[in-house]
Amino acid sequence: MDKETLIAQLKEIVKPYAKNQEALLNINENTDFVNDLKINSANLVDVILDVEEQFNIVIDNESMERMLDVKSAMEIIEAKLAAK
Amino acid sequence: MNKRVVVTGLGVAAPNGVGIPAFTEAIKTGTSGIRHDAGLAALQFSCQIAGKPEVPESLQLQYLDPLELRNFNSNGILYGLIAGMDAWKDAQLPAGAGVPPDWDSGTIFGAGSAGVDKLREAIYKVDDMQVRRLGSTVVPQTMASGISAWLGGKLALANQVTTNSSACATGAESVLMAYDRIRYGHAKRMLAGSTSDAGPYIWGGFDGLKVCTFKHNDNPAAGSRPMSASASGFVPGSGAGALVLESLDSALERGAAIYAEVLGGHMNSGAQRGDGSMTAPNSTAVQRCIREAIKAAGVTPEEIDAINGHLTATGKDALEIENWSIALGRKGKDFPYINALKCMIGHCLSGSGSIELVAAVLQLHEGFLFPNINCEDLHPDITAIIDPEKIPQQLLYKDLNLIAKASFGFGDVNACVILKKYK
Repeated sequence: MDKETLIAQLKEIVKPYAKNQEALLNINENTDFVNDLKINSANLVDVILDVEEQFNIVIDNESMERMLDVKSAMEIIEAKLAAK
Repeated sequence: MNKRVVVTGLGVAAPNGVGIPAFTEAIKTGTSGIRHDAGLAALQFSCQIAGKPEVPESLQLQYLDPLELRNFNSNGILYGLIAGMDAWKDAQLPAGAGVPPDWDSGTIFGAGSAGVDKLREAIYKVDDMQVRRLGSTVVPQTMASGISAWLGGKLALANQVTTNSSACATGAESVLMAYDRIRYGHAKRMLAGSTSDAGPYIWGGFDGLKVCTFKHNDNPAAGSRPMSASASGFVPGSGAGALVLESLDSALERGAAIYAEVLGGHMNSGAQRGDGSMTAPNSTAVQRCIREAIKAAGVTPEEIDAINGHLTATGKDALEIENWSIALGRKGKDFPYINALKCMIGHCLSGSGSIELVAAVLQLHEGFLFPNINCEDLHPDITAIIDPEKIPQQLLYKDLNLIAKASFGFGDVNACVILKKYK
């Protein structure tokens, strides 16, 4: 899967949680979930559950802890998909 | 400090009306909110009728945004939000994310349980070793203080924000606790109220206790029969009521409309001694609670114009009337008017007291007594104590000055509130 497609899919996943819609429009690799998109930190676990469902993967606790921005999310998803 | 406390806002989500205009119309016309419940029938409940507020998704979206409604499954919190946010708006107080913390406003909003349906969902996942898939929504929807926490955020309440719980006395207790907080100068405004979840997991315990009627499954509107000779148990209900209590000083300063004055009241327990138990009231305590409430309000028993009873339609209604009669030293034609809202909405459990208090305040404000339905056949033990004309069965327009409202709950707990027309 190319980066653009992956970012587009992540954008759809975080859409309901993002309080900053302008930052959502400009989502890119460097976007931070909490600082840029203003996602409530409690909702990060919901984002992760939605990612698991979308890509049919399981994200371990260590990976969850660092899944705070688009870049790390992409790395984790790609690694989990490759390991399948 | 001993500040006067008034009611400046009302909200309600009741089985026979959501919102004050619909509810007022329903109680004046004696409209029942009791309906057949297919879910209870499928689960083979003895009682297959119930009272539930009707809240379509379009209405829910006026109180919760789409993200908040994702995986939302706590109808008690929903009813409480509707009642509480409506009451705040009715009092013309500001709400929303842009409002800064209001250090002078808080809430004591009671509940008997929280998000039982949500808790059930969570329990199934946990037992299925899916705890990691619970997400973020379980705690705020199942913690006992959930309703006050949600309201606090919506309304920028920055004084005390808490939830009280005393079974079916919860609503009356919340008003008296909020009253005290304002009276002693700790807050200017308190949102008082209470809510109850709906559904089989709340009502099942009562069905199991055999305290609900099973004789009216084919005629729901006639099922809840307080004070009737053919009363055969209560009809389970649900919903929420809310009252904005405010110091008279603050209300006058804001130019707020005033519905009524809270003169005070009393709360006690029979300690489950004598004829009291976990499930039955100690009459000595009930009478004492009523007398102490009247004393605290600084009025006399002869001045009470009307009673809004607890009266659930179990075998205990006549005993309640007897307790009122002894406590007030009044009987026959000298007894105050009395009515029981449960005839239209069933027993809304932890939500009952506050919904009924909203009705009592509306009666004082507009000068009417809502009709008692389903008691054409008054119980002879009741008519032996009070004259039937004191139990209006038609809407009665009447200027009322003082209403006494009492609620009694499991655990042998009692609360009595004295309300006065504001002049």
